[in-house]
Amino acid sequence: MSDVLSSYPLLLRGAWVTIQLTLYGSALALVMAFVFGLIATARSAWLRALGRIYVEFFRGTATLVLMYWFFYALPLVGARFAPMFAAVLALGLNVGAYGAEVVRGAVKAVPKAQYEATVALNMRPGQRLRRVLLPQAIALMLPPFGNLLIELMKGSAVVSLISIADLMLRAQQLRQSTGQTTAVFLVILVMYFVIAQVLQLFVRYLERRADIMLGRRPGRSARSPLDTRLGAAK
Amino acid sequence: MIWDWHFAGSILPDLLRGLVVTVEATLLGYAVALGLGLVWAILRRSPSRIVGQVVRWVVEFIRSTPLLVQLFFLFFALPATGLTLSALVTGVLGLGLHYSAYTSEVYRAGIADVPVGQWEAATALNLPRRRVWAGVVLPQAVRKVIPTLANYLIAMFKDSPLLLAITVPEMLHSAYAVGAKSLRFLEPMTIVGVLFVIVSVLSSFLLRRLEFRYGNN
Amino acid sequence: MATTDSAADAVLPEDGAAGTDGIRFDGVVKRFGDNVVLRELDFSVAAGERVTLIGPSGSGKTTILRLLMTLEKVDDGVIWVDGRSLSHMRRGDRLVPADEKYLRRVRSDIGMVFQQFNLFPNMSVLRNVTEAPVHVLGLSKDEAVERARELLELVGLSDKADAHPGALSGGQQQRVAIARALAMRPKILLQDEVTSALDPELVAGVLDVLRDIANETDITMLCVTHEMGFARDVSNRVLMFDQGQIVEEGTPEKIFSEPENQRTQDFLHAVLDQH
Ligand SMILES: Nc1ncnc2c1ncn2[C@@H]1O[C@H](COP(=O)(O)OP(=O)(O)O)[C@@H](O)[C@H]1O
Ligand SMILES: [Mg+2]
Repeated sequence: MSDVLSSYPLLLRGAWVTIQLTLYGSALALVMAFVFGLIATARSAWLRALGRIYVEFFRGTATLVLMYWFFYALPLVGARFAPMFAAVLALGLNVGAYGAEVVRGAVKAVPKAQYEATVALNMRPGQRLRRVLLPQAIALMLPPFGNLLIELMKGSAVVSLISIADLMLRAQQLRQSTGQTTAVFLVILVMYFVIAQVLQLFVRYLERRADIMLGRRPGRSARSPLDTRLGAAK
Repeated sequence: MIWDWHFAGSILPDLLRGLVVTVEATLLGYAVALGLGLVWAILRRSPSRIVGQVVRWVVEFIRSTPLLVQLFFLFFALPATGLTLSALVTGVLGLGLHYSAYTSEVYRAGIADVPVGQWEAATALNLPRRRVWAGVVLPQAVRKVIPTLANYLIAMFKDSPLLLAITVPEMLHSAYAVGAKSLRFLEPMTIVGVLFVIVSVLSSFLLRRLEFRYGNN
Repeated sequence: MATTDSAADAVLPEDGAAGTDGIRFDGVVKRFGDNVVLRELDFSVAAGERVTLIGPSGSGKTTILRLLMTLEKVDDGVIWVDGRSLSHMRRGDRLVPADEKYLRRVRSDIGMVFQQFNLFPNMSVLRNVTEAPVHVLGLSKDEAVERARELLELVGLSDKADAHPGALSGGQQQRVAIARALAMRPKILLQDEVTSALDPELVAGVLDVLRDIANETDITMLCVTHEMGFARDVSNRVLMFDQGQIVEEGTPEKIFSEPENQRTQDFLHAVLDQH
């Protein structure tokens, strides 16, 4: 055990890569979620179909398969990706597809009466969305987004399989150099757990902010029904 | 022409054999997840607070750490305790354990939805605890959450490629092996991707029909 | 959908309705599926007139207001607001279905107060009132705030400007909603049972505000209400609806004191018995 603990700089460097992957991946996922989630609420049937295709395709495939495809298959047709780029792309596109469903569901869950009030005040379609519907929808999105963030962070461990030196890969190296298999994996499991708890605290903080913005009593009682349903979609 | 149809055709049997292993591992893992998740859910309702809290954190721990790391842990740590299992069995246990954290939450929600009156009625009849669970609460709770539980079957299917990391010859593993041998990755990886999308989209379609059926009462 | 002949006929009437101020319904038909809610409805409201719509639940009163607010579309016939059709616009010498840009011009004259207030929960009371003036009318922030404060004073809520809508009583929320609608300087104010969602003791406060507005402005008002005393005080005319048609109309004195139609009498008895 002490062998493992004394190699903490190696593990910390790995953890830092895991955190970076999580940040970049979720940034991309967030953009994809909003773009394709909003497209799915559009009036045009073509746009909606585009949104559907993105969601069905990237939800349908596994992150690891996607990552292997970017990393091993695409270079053969001339598109060569740095491993980190392939990883962020695979994580972001995959989780973004789930996020798009969250965005779509949340925007639709804002009461219709709110939309009607924006029409009565003669707002432009863009203003309706940006000033009234989205701020309320975001409060509904936060709990399922929190789940997706954790999923993305956990999912990032697969990048070790395309030899990115994240926490998981560092653990493999350490296992080989120390032979302390059980200790190594216990330590990094705890590290992943800590990262997940920190992320969760961050999302809880955002949820509290949103509750205050909407004048709801802070607390977990007002969680949206989307939480369990979309969180379950993984 | 970059894409070689002949080559693609020649590797398909290998990949389909991998798909069979993938499906096998998923289904077996799902059975483990359904059973173990139920155990967690019932233990969380245990009269002892300590048991309830411990189980809660165990489940939280399993759920917030990566499946891949858990698989490695089982793969390397179990033999160290003298328990030697095949890669496939280890993979099935790993998948099942990981997803039991999710299914237990689903069961929990279902159990919480059973009206308090049902518990009270069972108590009034002086039913033993075992009968209350098996005869009154679970039948109502489980029926309601079947569609949600089914969601996780698809999720598990998509996580099953991770088993390649512990040398289970599932589909992605086969694709990688073929690719490494021939130095052609485009066809195997693309076929695997397409097969994954086909199976998942088909199964979500079936799932929606299931939801429709169970959602109607 | 191309312009149908019947729509073209209706939109180009002989008597030159275009250019006439106020509201006019011309043979308006509205269906929800097989349910014909309005059948060939004709009526008009002059600019500055205050009209109350009464009638049993389900008779189509809300639908009329929602059609005017462009929240629903007519199935046949035309609604005119200040000489402009709500369903069609002129492009060259052809009539085409109204687009969003055209509708926004028409809507700029119309405001609406809803039964359930529909305040925006993501904004303070003050911002509920300033948001549209700033972003739709293009007022400067200072102008909008000044106007909003005047309006909040008018509705007796000066001290609640920074409060959150959720922290107000129903009556207070409805008064904010009235201020919010007025901030857009509408020529026409639609009110759909604005007091029915309120506890009885809060009704009077809201009605007082509306009475003031009726007395001090020349806004055209179209109110759906079950408050007969209020209707008598503020309206020039009362329309009694049943099953999507006007069964009787007249001055409040006539309708409330000596209704001729049996259905009006029954309806008034039923409403007055409740109070
Ligand atoms: N969105 C809708 N879809 C289907 N039917 C509707 C809808 N809105 C109103 N209706 C029907 O139209 C009729 C008139 O409704 P409404 O205008 O709300 O009446 P009122 O306001 O006089 O009570 C009712 O039969 C109602 O069921
Ligand atoms: Mg109504």
